Amino acid sequence: MAIEVRIPTILRTHTGGNKTVQGSGATLSALIDDLDAQHSGLKNRLVTEEGKLHRFVNVYVNDEDVRFTGALDTQVKDGDSVTILPAVAGG
Amino acid sequence: MLRIDRATYDAIVAHAREDHPDEACGVVAGPEGTERPERFVPMLNAARSPTFYEFDSADLLRLYRDMDDRDEWPVVVYHSHTATEAYPSRTDVGYASGPAADPRTHYVLVSTRHHEEQTGLAGDDVEFRSFRIVDGEVNEEEVEIVESYLFGHSPTTVVYD
Repeated sequence: MAIEVRIPTILRTHTGGNKTVQGSGATLSALIDDLDAQHSGLKNRLVTEEGKLHRFVNVYVNDEDVRFTGALDTQVKDGDSVTILPAVAGG
Repeated sequence: MLRIDRATYDAIVAHAREDHPDEACGVVAGPEGTERPERFVPMLNAARSPTFYEFDSADLLRLYRDMDDRDEWPVVVYHSHTATEAYPSRTDVGYASGPAADPRTHYVLVSTRHHEEQTGLAGDDVEFRSFRIVDGEVNEEEVEIVESYLFGHSPTTVVYD
């Protein structure tokens, strides 16, 4: 078992074109580190220099937006499904 | 260039008029990897604001799951400006240049600042413009209205500069 992660179209350049990749970790932060080790450059697209989740990116664990569950500290486990999406908003 | 069918064009403009003075927003989905905006999906502006729009986070997830099931992507992301011109604002450019935003998206802007009873239907003087936004740079593109996408390409096309 692993954690399945859905990758938005533009970030598939980091995953060899794959829509979904697998990773592991106890928190979202650890999962992103693991993904970055397999797919170089992914972390930079998701996490800012200050170590926060990029505000223009939405990440969900199963159906929950991680903004409401502890952001990068959100706990994840095998069998979870993580979805990364571009936030859609403007003025 | 954005090529869009008249029914979808009219639906976007009608949505913008309906939600005025708040901004309206939505997508037109199409087969992934193509430039064909085929399925009109109006979205709720979770901000319900005349100066800001956002897709609710749960709505966004549902939308993308639905598109994923249909092997679609958002060919067009549209929203309205209700007091200013149909040109991307700084906030629009910021979001559209976000690290997960696909630069292949066509960003359609409609302005309802001068809307009247009939304005907003194809042929009227509506501000309907389309842009590509890549790394903070905005480039306007031509909009071509075709009669229908689904039933072959009609020879009668109207090109708006």
